[in-house]
Amino acid sequence: MNLSMISKSLLIALPMLALSACSSNSDNDSAAMEANKAAMEQAAMERAAAESNIETDGVEAIELSEEELMAKQYSDAILQKIIQFDFDNSMIKPEFTSILDAHAKFLVNNPEKKVTIEGHTDEKGTPEYNIALGERRAMSVSVYLENMGVSPRQIKVVSYGEEKPLNFGHAEASWSDNRRAELVY
Amino acid sequence: MLLRLFLSISMIIFSAQASARLEILITEGVNSARPIAVIPFKWLGDGEKPGNFSDIIAADLQRSGQFSPLSIDKMPNTPSKSRGLNYALWHKMGIEALLMGEVSPAPEAGKYIVSYELVDVVTGNANVADYSPILESRRGTVSKAQLRRFAHRVSDVVYEKLTGEKGAFLTRIAYIAVDRKSNHPYQLRISDYDGYGEKLILRSKQPIMSPSWSPDGRKLAYVSFEKRRSQIYIQDLYSQKRELMTSFPKINGSPSWSPDGKSLAIVLSKDGQPEIYTLDTQSKALRRITNNRAIDTEPSWSPDGQSLIFTSTRGGQAQIYQVDLSSEATKRLTWEGDLNLGGTITPDGASLVLVSRHDGNYKIAAQDLASGELRTLTKTRLDESPSVAPNGSMIIYSTVYKGRQGLALVSMDGRFKANIPAQNGEVKSPAWSPFLN
Repeated sequence: MNLSMISKSLLIALPMLALSACSSNSDNDSAAMEANKAAMEQAAMERAAAESNIETDGVEAIELSEEELMAKQYSDAILQKIIQFDFDNSMIKPEFTSILDAHAKFLVNNPEKKVTIEGHTDEKGTPEYNIALGERRAMSVSVYLENMGVSPRQIKVVSYGEEKPLNFGHAEASWSDNRRAELVY
Repeated sequence: MLLRLFLSISMIIFSAQASARLEILITEGVNSARPIAVIPFKWLGDGEKPGNFSDIIAADLQRSGQFSPLSIDKMPNTPSKSRGLNYALWHKMGIEALLMGEVSPAPEAGKYIVSYELVDVVTGNANVADYSPILESRRGTVSKAQLRRFAHRVSDVVYEKLTGEKGAFLTRIAYIAVDRKSNHPYQLRISDYDGYGEKLILRSKQPIMSPSWSPDGRKLAYVSFEKRRSQIYIQDLYSQKRELMTSFPKINGSPSWSPDGKSLAIVLSKDGQPEIYTLDTQSKALRRITNNRAIDTEPSWSPDGQSLIFTSTRGGQAQIYQVDLSSEATKRLTWEGDLNLGGTITPDGASLVLVSRHDGNYKIAAQDLASGELRTLTKTRLDESPSVAPNGSMIIYSTVYKGRQGLALVSMDGRFKANIPAQNGEVKSPAWSPFLN
């Protein structure tokens, strides 16, 4: 028997227990009971009459999505998780510092959170050299975050080199997409 | 618990035979290849003959770049024995050697007897007493499943008789396939050197890299990201047993088996930058070989096991260096081009095969170690992961061909090339096996 079936049978069983409790008291002073019953019935009829003339409803509290809450607190940059790099280079370009600043602030405020920085490269050059280059990219992101006050214990670094491209093409447009570091929570 | 273990290891070991997915196409011919004739072997049994035995041999010999087999429609006749052979007929056509033979059912059901002769046409035509034109005459009993491999064995015999070098046709290649439509896209596969008999060895949801053969051809070392970090494993190809070799923080990469089979040269970045180490596969003892602030990677052993070749950015751009393992003296080997990567020394110790970048294009090149002369062997622009055949005759490498990553072969002199396009996903990181016989 699953949970919803249990709750359904309780819905039926509980009022029946209440009814049987009432009937067990029915041997008391019958006149007073009758008067009370009549008053209760009257009140119930008045309530029913009143309720047919009005309706009430509620509203849900406005809840922001997790992303919206994060953006409100740490700027829209926190929603971006990809840092791009120039060919055969692991220097963080100025246009990506706002993204890393937002993530650094989040990690400093939430010391229990951990991030994995994945380093990636394009397919040019050998797979083994690209593992080393991917790690350089991930490490420069790691160093940046640490300089912003993030604890090294919150950071894990893994290089996938050219093995996990975002874009599967074999030309420059794909390659620039693939030269990247990704922040994974 | 056991189930959880199985689920968490998102990878399965396979031994099932997958269908052949590779096919070799010849993209560039060779004028100076020696003319020979591989005559269709005569079937002496009833019913259909068991496979095109001689086609396999002719294709092998052609791919080596050394021979130009005569097409069957140009053959004046198709003898199956040297007795009574009309040598003059073949000599007139400029044919140097003839391979002919017969296939007959063996007394044991399902088996065949293959007999063959290799004859020298010039000697036969001269017809001088004391000089037999018969270079080789052999027979073997094989099952139908063994016929293809036996054909490669015959190719090896012919190649060795005619060139003086051991043939490498009965060898295998290991490579990485990436099939993005599969649930386990990253796959380690093995096939015969010509792409037939492909088998899945390991498949995973996370990347697999850098396969390297043990010198006895029984095991592969490789890198797996199955735990979402790099680790080096050794897998026995016969028992399927896997053994974790290293799982240090950060990079565990680029394993390369020593010629004596006792150690792996590997790359670890646990102490900062990627550095070259050697690892004793039994005791797991580590020895650090390089120590500087640059990238050091892609170690491979010299054939004598006394030194390692590796790639380093210590001079700025990536170049290839050699370190002597007893003195630890290090010297730079490459000076030409923008940068040079992925070096290995050929089995004869005479050349360095590498990836050389010129004008932004990555090509396979060979550098003569004595003179320092660098020859570019390929013409495409994204060529990498060169692996040399155990007899040093050819190089297999990965390239981008018709918009897809696939494997290709080039002869050591660069004159013969053949593409091995993948019919299923992309294929990369080939490793040519040692001699397996």
